Amino acid sequence: MKISIPDLSLVLLVGPSGSGKSTFAARHFLPTEVISSDRCRGMVCDDENSLEASSDAFDLVHYWAGKRLKRGKRAVIDATNVQRDARASLIKLARDYHARVVAIVLETPEAVCHERNASRPDRNFGPHVVRGQHRDMRRSIKHLKKEGLHHVYRLDTPEKAAEAEIVPTPMWPDRRDERGPFDLIGDIHGCFDETLLLLAKLGYRVREEPHEGETRFIVDAPQGRRVVFLGDLVDRGPASNRVLRLAMDMVEAGVALCVPGNHENKLERWLGGRKKIKPSHGLAATIEQLETETPAFRERVRTFINGLVSHMILDEGRLIVAHAGMKESYAGRASGVVRSFALYGETTGETDSYGLPVRYDWAAEYRGKAAVVYGHTPVPNATWVNRTICLDTGCVFGGKLTALRWPERELVAVPAAKMYYEPAKPMAEERAERPGDEPFRIEDVRGKRIVNTRFDRQVVIREEFGMAAMEVISRFAVDPRWLTYLPATMAPTETSKRAGYLEHPEEAFATFRRMEISEVICQEKHMGSRAVVQLCQSAEVARQRFGTEDDAIGIVYTRSGRRFFTDRDLEQAFLTRLVTAVGKAGLWDSLETEWLTLDCELMPWSAKGLDLLQQQYARVGAAASAAIPATLAVLEQAQGRGIDVAPQLAAWRHRETNLALYRRAYGHYCWETDGLQGLRLAPFHILAGEGKAHYDKDHLWHMQQAEALAAADPELIQATRYRRLMLDDAEAESRVTQWWLDMTEAGGEGMVVKPIAFVPYGKDNRIILPAVKCRGRDYLRIIYGPDYTEPAQLERLRSRGLNHKRRNAVREYLLGLEALARFAAGDSISQVHECVTAIAALETEPIDPRL
Amino acid sequence: MLMTITTTHQPAQDLGFLLHKHPDHVQSFELSHGTAHVFYPESSAERCTAALLLDIDPIKLVRSYKAPPGTSRTLGHYVNDRPYVASSFLSTAISKVFGTALSGNCNKRPELAKQAIPLSFHLPALPVRGGEKVLRDLFEPLGYTVEAEAHLLDPKFPNWGKAAIFTVTLSVTLPLHQALSHLYVLIPALDREKHYYIGPAEIEKLINHGEGWLAEHPHRETITRRYMVNRQALATVAIEQLFQDESAPQDLPESQQVETAIEKPLSLNSIRLNTVVSILEQEQVRSVVDLGCGEGKLLKKLLTHPRFARIVGMDVSHRILEVAARRLKLDHLGERVRERIELVHGSLAYSDQRLAGFDAACLVEVIEHVDPERLGLLARNVFGALAPGLVVVTTPNAEFNATFEDLPAGKFRHGDHRFEWTRAEFQNWAQKVADQFGYSVRYQDIGEVHEEHGPPTQCAIFKQKKAENNAET
Repeated sequence: MKISIPDLSLVLLVGPSGSGKSTFAARHFLPTEVISSDRCRGMVCDDENSLEASSDAFDLVHYWAGKRLKRGKRAVIDATNVQRDARASLIKLARDYHARVVAIVLETPEAVCHERNASRPDRNFGPHVVRGQHRDMRRSIKHLKKEGLHHVYRLDTPEKAAEAEIVPTPMWPDRRDERGPFDLIGDIHGCFDETLLLLAKLGYRVREEPHEGETRFIVDAPQGRRVVFLGDLVDRGPASNRVLRLAMDMVEAGVALCVPGNHENKLERWLGGRKKIKPSHGLAATIEQLETETPAFRERVRTFINGLVSHMILDEGRLIVAHAGMKESYAGRASGVVRSFALYGETTGETDSYGLPVRYDWAAEYRGKAAVVYGHTPVPNATWVNRTICLDTGCVFGGKLTALRWPERELVAVPAAKMYYEPAKPMAEERAERPGDEPFRIEDVRGKRIVNTRFDRQVVIREEFGMAAMEVISRFAVDPRWLTYLPATMAPTETSKRAGYLEHPEEAFATFRRMEISEVICQEKHMGSRAVVQLCQSAEVARQRFGTEDDAIGIVYTRSGRRFFTDRDLEQAFLTRLVTAVGKAGLWDSLETEWLTLDCELMPWSAKGLDLLQQQYARVGAAASAAIPATLAVLEQAQGRGIDVAPQLAAWRHRETNLALYRRAYGHYCWETDGLQGLRLAPFHILAGEGKAHYDKDHLWHMQQAEALAAADPELIQATRYRRLMLDDAEAESRVTQWWLDMTEAGGEGMVVKPIAFVPYGKDNRIILPAVKCRGRDYLRIIYGPDYTEPAQLERLRSRGLNHKRRNAVREYLLGLEALARFAAGDSISQVHECVTAIAALETEPIDPRL
Repeated sequence: MLMTITTTHQPAQDLGFLLHKHPDHVQSFELSHGTAHVFYPESSAERCTAALLLDIDPIKLVRSYKAPPGTSRTLGHYVNDRPYVASSFLSTAISKVFGTALSGNCNKRPELAKQAIPLSFHLPALPVRGGEKVLRDLFEPLGYTVEAEAHLLDPKFPNWGKAAIFTVTLSVTLPLHQALSHLYVLIPALDREKHYYIGPAEIEKLINHGEGWLAEHPHRETITRRYMVNRQALATVAIEQLFQDESAPQDLPESQQVETAIEKPLSLNSIRLNTVVSILEQEQVRSVVDLGCGEGKLLKKLLTHPRFARIVGMDVSHRILEVAARRLKLDHLGERVRERIELVHGSLAYSDQRLAGFDAACLVEVIEHVDPERLGLLARNVFGALAPGLVVVTTPNAEFNATFEDLPAGKFRHGDHRFEWTRAEFQNWAQKVADQFGYSVRYQDIGEVHEEHGPPTQCAIFKQKKAENNAET
């Protein structure tokens, strides 16, 4: 016998003790699929035969099976399951997870069961037990279907049990091997003309020819594409019959897929003779149109609708289609609840001012990986919300008919020729909520998290660091609606072995050469404070795009997400200057955006870091300058008496020299500012604007935009000096090295070496380190101490571990770009926030802060 | 780091006997974080100077240092003043290198060790937290003449002002061992930072080296607290042990948050918490969530009232929740009490359904710790998403600040306060929130009311209008 087992099912093995359930399970199912009640007894009390432990053991059975079903895995219950109560609780469990329930009944003769039990010393119960179980089983068999089991297979001899063959069967909605490409079309409602126009616009050629006394549509699809109809083909509009014929012909010819809408569902019931159905909501029009068709056609329609599956999972699981949408926890499952959700959605139980039920906004809470494309609720424009998009743009109400190209994610639409039907209420707003109105949910940041990026990298965030990040962001960060990006940490170059140097360009170049990068860009590293600039053309744009509530046209925040300027007026004046500069440089137009996110360094260091400078750097300088001359004087005095303090004297004279270099090092980065006077901004990444994060452009492009900005306001904006370098050009390399030496000896911090591509792929096509910094010899005195260049110190400092820093540098970089890409694409703020908090969490990991 | 010791006692070279170090040699000693050298820049019958020079190894210092949570991180940096300034390293060096002298022993000149002799200590770089006054307060009562000169932070940036680092000469006529004991204790007390873990052994050291002088010192408690680097518990124990026979006044610990220090005379916090509890009782509340529960002071009071059947404390700081768990003795509570209370790590920046479904929510001295532009989200998350029937919010009344003598005008009561509101400002905010989310609001004064400036703390009590209607019908 062939036993068909759906992929997501709860399988109940039914039979008395000794009927061969465990043997059957072991033969046909994976050991991990089988949940044995005896084994659970053993787990809770060490005795697999302890009847006293049954209650706890069955709790475990349920818990275990529930976890498997939740994850979409089959569970096979190896228990007698001969009593109705025992089955009922398992059937309820399967229902909770919208799984199919299959019973396989092992009707092994009682005598065989006795015989088997007798041969097993651990089964010391009397024959009356098996007798009772057998009786219960026999009484159960004919009621099984009524209990809610979807399939019942009876194996009434040990031979049949031995010969049975299990056939795993995909769930109906599981069409993941259909990879497209697709053109998904929203609610048509009988708008046949618009459908033809849309198909033409999409590149389909449609002709109608006679066929067996009627006509049929022959559709040629462009390059293997297929249409997916999202339901509600019928009702309200002028030609539902024609739309049905077109859709059915396309589905039958294999050029279309179709999921049912609530209107099809109602039509099917009407066609099935349920005449009590009220022909409201436009059904009357469809009935009238179908009257012009033959009874055979109407029967064909009924069969067609009957055969439609509530929703479909397509393209390797990346795409889910359903008429009214699909919750993540329902996708791919089968039950009345799932079907009803797919057709009607869910309501909150309330009604709105038009007396219509209020729809539960499942999309706002959707966190699934797959994109969900649906219709059902008319909206003026299709927009992505949390990887979901509604394509019902109200064609029949005079809106438009919209298609989504998949996987291209392009929208294609044709306007309605007219309003065919008066809507019961005005079409929903664009989405009632602005981006910032959606709450930040704690679930999106709590616990261990795995963030998926579009760069084929997952980043795992450990709970403890996530907790620390939540505190930092909650207490110190700017309004999180502004926080669409945080800069990644940057690893230093590998440690140099060159005398007197801890970092030197040669290692930086060697690193990228090893990673098979051919061209790098070397950018001057400014020494100020990292600043992320969110810039909008106007406060109105800020409110619209970022969801803020005041009159700010943007914000400047630090690398840890804190507000840069304590003085709000100064901040806004600063941003106003930038808005003008961006306009003058022509970037608003060339980037087609009204807002920009810029990654910059804001100088001088003393503008933001004055406290740190005074409390730490200057304090150490002051201490040293008090101590060193006094120490030298005492040592010289002792030497004058003929005491041999030569080694101490030498060491302290070095300290004197180093002190001057150290003070000079930080002094370069300090100057007075007065309002905007003296502030200098050096943008180096034009991160994102509307619809686009600019990581697809190379660093040269970014440098050129920055140069244009600097030219537009040279007083405030500073360009970044840079050199391009082909890594196989030794001569050019030595010129760049000299450039670095000159720059750092004149007080510069150093340089950053980056592969020319913004997202660099190295050996084996893996994303590699996006940048390394190579800091100057004297600059490093403010990191490693004034005297770090003394050979005894330098030697020991060379042992520094870079791996963790490098790993996080890549992770944070990709998370930052992911956050920007999500924001630019209009993803929900919580999806952006997820990435940003992940960066903050990685930043709380303990890593040597000097790297 | 350098210290010189000069005497003009005749014959001055006897200093060599007292220190057990020959005036014509350089002697070096390996210490845990570097090397100490002793040598004499001058040595004559009239005047003799010994120098103690410490070469501290900053790399060793950084690599062996683990900052205890919540303490200053300067010791963990390579850019570090320790190689230059007199600090706890000097105390360690004194006890290691001049141990015999410190204990008052001298085989060659036993009577001289006990004799008061003119001494002058020169410290080219001495860090003093609190400025010159503290320096004088600590040394002058012991008979020292103090010369001190502060240094500019950086001569290139004169308007940055002066560093809290002084070049100091301390002159006194005392037996050498006494003066060394003073330095041993007072130098780290001035600096208020130590290079090692402060444990109970520190009390022992203080008792030993403070013997005979600390108990009489007018600033003995300040010295003790600073010596313990403000480990409160240890300082309290040390004060009890050191000065037990007298009724030591429990003066205010310096490091306590300014807010508590300023408000303490009112014991305002207790009044505040009691008021909140009585509001919750009046409103017949059964379940409460304390948003921003901190160390759990309110939770502790709520637990003593069995009427509060379900109590949840939420805070954004995981560390403080651990403190709360300890203070509430969660691990030792009986089952019946334990099941009434739960602590949750969360944040008012997020909507959090774990906190929904309570009769009341309290925000006691919380909103002023949130940036004003983020209060909109806070209100949405509390009043919108959680929508408890009752919300109690307390916050400082900024008008009352005028009565705090120690608080300069325009300053807040606590370093983390993002704002402090007048009564009008608070009520304006509260009314808007109430209107937006369907609550009614009334106000209550907390603490002794000043006739002009009002109460120290103001409180708004929000009642959900729906809940009110239900109660009526």
